[in-house]
Amino acid sequence: MSSLLAVNTILAAGDPTHVANGEEIAFWILGPVSLLGAIGTVVARNAVHSALSLVATMMSLGLFYLIEQGPFLGLVQIIVYTGAIMILFLFVLMLVGRDSSDSLVETLRGQRAAALLAGLAFALLLSITVGRAFIGRAPVNLATPNANGNNVNRIADKLFTDYLFAFELTSALLIVAAVGAMVLAHIERDGPRPTQKMLARERIRSGRPQPLPGPGVLSSGNAIGTPALLPDGSIAPESLIGGTTIEVGAVSSTPELDR
Amino acid sequence: MMSANLSLLAADDSNATLSAFGHDAVWIILIKVVGVFVFLVVMTLFSIVFERKVVGRMQNRIGPNRTGPWGVLQSLADGVKLAFKEEIIPVLADKPVYWIAPVVSAVPAFLAFSVMPFGPVVSIFGHHTALQLTDLPVGVLVIFACSSLGVYGIVLSGWASGSTYPLLGALRSAAQMISYEVAMGLSMVAVFLYAETMSTSGIVNYQRHLWNVLPLCVSFGVYCIAMVGETNRAPFDLPEAESELVGGFHTEYSSMKFALFFLAEYINMVTVSALATTLFLGGWRAPIPLSLWHGANAGWWPLLWFTAKVVLFIFTFVWLRGTLPRLRYDQFMHFGWKVLIPINLIWILAITTVKVLGDRGTNRVVVGACVLVPVLAIILIYTIFDVRRQKNIEAELQAEDEAEAALGTTFPIPPMDLVVPASPRLVSVGVSVPALATSATPPSGGPPSTTEEGRSDG
Repeated sequence: MSSLLAVNTILAAGDPTHVANGEEIAFWILGPVSLLGAIGTVVARNAVHSALSLVATMMSLGLFYLIEQGPFLGLVQIIVYTGAIMILFLFVLMLVGRDSSDSLVETLRGQRAAALLAGLAFALLLSITVGRAFIGRAPVNLATPNANGNNVNRIADKLFTDYLFAFELTSALLIVAAVGAMVLAHIERDGPRPTQKMLARERIRSGRPQPLPGPGVLSSGNAIGTPALLPDGSIAPESLIGGTTIEVGAVSSTPELDR
Repeated sequence: MMSANLSLLAADDSNATLSAFGHDAVWIILIKVVGVFVFLVVMTLFSIVFERKVVGRMQNRIGPNRTGPWGVLQSLADGVKLAFKEEIIPVLADKPVYWIAPVVSAVPAFLAFSVMPFGPVVSIFGHHTALQLTDLPVGVLVIFACSSLGVYGIVLSGWASGSTYPLLGALRSAAQMISYEVAMGLSMVAVFLYAETMSTSGIVNYQRHLWNVLPLCVSFGVYCIAMVGETNRAPFDLPEAESELVGGFHTEYSSMKFALFFLAEYINMVTVSALATTLFLGGWRAPIPLSLWHGANAGWWPLLWFTAKVVLFIFTFVWLRGTLPRLRYDQFMHFGWKVLIPINLIWILAITTVKVLGDRGTNRVVVGACVLVPVLAIILIYTIFDVRRQKNIEAELQAEDEAEAALGTTFPIPPMDLVVPASPRLVSVGVSVPALATSATPPSGGPPSTTEEGRSDG
């Protein structure tokens, strides 16, 4: 927060070519963090560690936007990407299970070297293009459009006038994706969904309303009168309640029945 | 800058506007940071004792009353005890993530309060400054972002524990908090539309004459429900359902790490309460009879009103916990997605229409009628259909009940003429006990204590 304040004071001074102190400090902290996060995303063996590295990168980017006078963009980046999308990623990864890890056998020979080379080439291309675009141009700060807290209003203006078509197109794409997901996940029900009362009644009617005995319990019921079974399936006489006798074969003794 | 502040002060009832922030001296910022931290920690200690006391009273108990006068130091003692407890880390835990999770849960909880307005411009050692650490044009989104980051603490702790119950708790909480964040965000949208700003100080300024809770009553209701879901409190405490999941996501945590989760949960409670106060209940502004006194909204008094409103919300949280049973998971998700969100969307549409037409100068009565009549009609038609559907369902159930009765007694119902043999213990002592029938009317004349026993056993 203090870096933000420092940025504000420097911007108030109005020297666009000078990089503010706070901004510089924030850059040298967040830059390495985002870079390490990006590397960690690729290198980490564990899928959840990889996802967490990506979260670190996204949050640093969000803070970068904040510092570069885009508070709305920065916070939306944090809310949408780290708060919603990455949580859903984690959700799926957790369902997959923590012990599953990628097989390290390479199916394509030399793909790592090729990927590294391609990545470096792309980075070079990107930095040259972006770098050339900025050479000889004085950076302009956003103090004027952001004045009086109108950052959000300016974005809304642009979005709903100049970029309306792109905006609507994107939303159409998202809706199509959402509908597609619903169609894929849709299950046709045979009848109306049973209510809680119906289910309870069905369970009582089944003749076995109590929960099934836990695994390893060699009995076909859990009432106090039910005799214990020996490993061979016969009734343990010690477990019989005084006075009761049970005909041989009256109790089905296969543990399979219990599951 | 000071003169600008002063002119603002003169013009606008000592309100701080957005441009007033970001010019404080470093020592004032430090004082404010420490102040916010202390406020949150004290509120946590207070809330825990308060909750235990209130729940105790609701259950005809006294609650903690041993530590300190009236037991007020109980949570302090508990906190000290937690810090000195042995720390147990499961063998299967993923160490780094296990360690990070409580920190990730506690830090955003504190951070969210950085944009909360506690009061108007006051004088601290001769410097005029707002009782608020800082503000941004998108202040409310900061709080929202912090609450969405808090989910990570829960999710990661559940995963890193390497145990089944925490994992289930974490999965539940991830789904729950994301679902209820949507409803929460939508109910904030109505406030943004009305106040035309997202900065917290601006929203408090806007409520100078009328608190948002009146024009935006539906949003307020949805927000209040969503905030209970967002903080994992009863009746929406599925991620830590004691009867199903032991402790949920923090089952495997102990000592200081558990204390951090505990702290984060209570701070989150304070945060959502404070946000509800800021968005809907006029923030630090005095309630109606008090606001007639001119000095009520100046100086340090507003801090008191603000705290009182927050405590009111915390009391509601406790009340809910003492009253309502936990929801079933599917019903809970159904409620979030199919009830809260559609209501919110329709409400935002209606509010936007009223706002836009009102801004264009149309008569407010006409606008209100044009918008409210269709909305009310929709609600009425839906209600009629729903009532008819309910009647059908009831008739069906009754028919089923009758069919059921025709089949005779079922498993758990003992026969009406069941005779329970006399207890051998009582027989050996020599007390003559009439055989107890487990019908609705026990035979009269038996010793009352035995009758009671028979009833409670049955």
